[in-house]
Amino acid sequence: MMLPRSQQRPTGAETGSPDVPTAETVSAPPPFHGEGAALRVPTDGTNPNTSMRILVIEDDRDAATWLLRGLKESGHVADLASDGEQGYEMASDASYDVLIVDRMLPKRDGLSVIRSIRADGVTTPVLILSALSDVDERVKGLRAGGDDYLAKPYAFSELLARVEGLARRGTSGAQDTRLKACDLELDLLSRIVTRAGKPIPLQPREFKLLEYLMRHAGHIVTRTMLLENVWDYHFDPQTNVIDVHVSRLRAKIDKGFDDPILQTVRGAGYMIRDH
Amino acid sequence: MTTSVSILKSSTFRLAAIYLAVFALSVGAILAYVFWNTAHLLERQAEETIRAEVLALADQYGQRGLPGVADLINRRVSEETGTLYLLVDAKEQFVVGNLRNMPSPKPEDETFVDFPITIGKGQKKLFHTARAYHVELTNGFRLLVGRDVEEIHTFRKLITNTLIWALGLSLIFGLGGGYLTSRNFLRRVDAITAASRTIMAGDLSQRMPVAGTSDELDRLAQSLNDMLGQIERLMTGMKEVSSNVAHDLKTPLTRMRARAEAALRSGTEAEQRAALTQTLEESERLLDTFNALLSIARAEAGNAREGLVRADVSEILGEVAELYEPLVEEAGGTLSCEATVPLPVRADRQLLAQSFSNLIDNAMKYGTSGVDEKTTIRISGTREGNHAVIRISDSGPGIADADRERVLERFVRLDDSRSKPGNGLGLSLAASVVKLHGGQFRLDDAGPGLMAVIELPLLEEAS
Repeated sequence: MMLPRSQQRPTGAETGSPDVPTAETVSAPPPFHGEGAALRVPTDGTNPNTSMRILVIEDDRDAATWLLRGLKESGHVADLASDGEQGYEMASDASYDVLIVDRMLPKRDGLSVIRSIRADGVTTPVLILSALSDVDERVKGLRAGGDDYLAKPYAFSELLARVEGLARRGTSGAQDTRLKACDLELDLLSRIVTRAGKPIPLQPREFKLLEYLMRHAGHIVTRTMLLENVWDYHFDPQTNVIDVHVSRLRAKIDKGFDDPILQTVRGAGYMIRDH
Repeated sequence: MTTSVSILKSSTFRLAAIYLAVFALSVGAILAYVFWNTAHLLERQAEETIRAEVLALADQYGQRGLPGVADLINRRVSEETGTLYLLVDAKEQFVVGNLRNMPSPKPEDETFVDFPITIGKGQKKLFHTARAYHVELTNGFRLLVGRDVEEIHTFRKLITNTLIWALGLSLIFGLGGGYLTSRNFLRRVDAITAASRTIMAGDLSQRMPVAGTSDELDRLAQSLNDMLGQIERLMTGMKEVSSNVAHDLKTPLTRMRARAEAALRSGTEAEQRAALTQTLEESERLLDTFNALLSIARAEAGNAREGLVRADVSEILGEVAELYEPLVEEAGGTLSCEATVPLPVRADRQLLAQSFSNLIDNAMKYGTSGVDEKTTIRISGTREGNHAVIRISDSGPGIADADRERVLERFVRLDDSRSKPGNGLGLSLAASVVKLHGGQFRLDDAGPGLMAVIELPLLEEAS
């Protein structure tokens, strides 16, 4: 599902530019209670130095307010465009790190906005939000130039994990043949995994799982992201099958080491430590 | 009246009119040909004969003078050939022949002239038309040779009348026939249109009228009726489903509402937090139910069939088994998968994998008979004839014969299963997906345990 982008995107360093038009200032949002007690995501603690500029193109004011507030509380800078035309204008100057685009928008639908900015040569990663959750709709969204697709309604932690995953993919070289997180190394060519120089034998699926986690090292990866990207399943199995796979992988890579490198983020997903 | 106007506009009538025009043209052409070859030919033949006779007489006059030609004319007259002769001198005085007077006004030299003659005597006197050729000879003599052409004229009139009548009658019968045919056809089409209007207005029990002649209109009406029957069945099914959905969603929504209300009243932060957490969990479950319903709807929508692509069932089975195996083992059970032969089918990988995963999920949930007994899940994919047969069995108590059909319906959960999580849609989805793939789904006795059997039509090998 994740399509590698050949062109390099502007990195986070440029994001502070003050001349970006802000369409709407979110005034006095309703109290934001996060995800409830079980879903307190330690987003602030994970990686404080990667603040991103995010453009949200969404017409539903309540949903947008909630989303912007959540993104800001997670340490990001977020702007809002409330219709397709405005979204297109704001996205055109490529000053954002990630675009979050709703599909059904007034004036211009989301997919057409994405097609236009892609035609203009803007390579900013796009996360599509939509109530249409069919695989066909997902494919349509990705064909239009989207990089990831999230069906409504969604948990904020899921959205945040995907947005951060997209931004990360934009900055890191997609063509790396060696992935490294702390003392864990994964060689994509020889398919050998070592921890502190000691080889760890893995099953093919475990290798794929670890590769995905390591590509997003330092970021939360949700169960749905794993199911979509490691297994290519776009439905929700009624039982949580992913947990067992991850705990088996953890048993292999963390066994005998004092500091676990594959962490469970309660209520959100998993993360490979990168420092 | 509008009916007659609409008949004139109907395609049947237009077709009849065009056919009639072509028919009238061909009748006209045939009659013109007949006319040319009969009446006209006879006239021409008569004229030729007359002209030949005149030339012969003029020739005689040139060679032997007046007495010669007078003698010849007298001889011809006495032969009673039916030819008319008249020779006059410069003073218009009769010289010889069987006519008394020259027709007036005086005819031109070397021209044909038509004039009336009288035939017979007394009571039997008849007026006929004659046609004659007039030449001026030398010395002021003039010669007229003609024939009685009354018969030819009568014949010509007859042919012309026949032509007009034939054309007129064929037009009248053609128009009348076209009108009647279109009216009959239009009446039946109108009946079908009226029936379809009633149906569109909401009366799905209405059917198209069938005349019983088993012609093309009847066949059309019959297939429309079959289609309506299918639509009515689907609509009834949908109504049942809607009320089931409403009922099954109402219960958790009522719970959520009650909990929120209680939390608002109680006021302690801990209780409110707990209520919010529970509400969130409940809404997750509701969303799962909605997603399952949407998946079923997608599988049941006919257009999903276009999205089917070539896929190997063995491969899909292997992947799903691999996904679930650790989980089953963790729970102390065993999962084995025997699907080694390639089983190419036209499939939607996502929906098929989701169905298999639902069935394995069910086997894990309900596949244990006692508390400490462990599940044994067996998955197999085999080739039987031109079908791929997939069997997923557990070692649990199974389902009684009487309930096996019923559990495939939406939201149906057997009493023993109510204590376990689930929405009663897993088997419905599997059944719908198999139907979408043109296959058969049934539940069998695994002796002991439940065995889900799926038969999918294999793709013909291209080689």
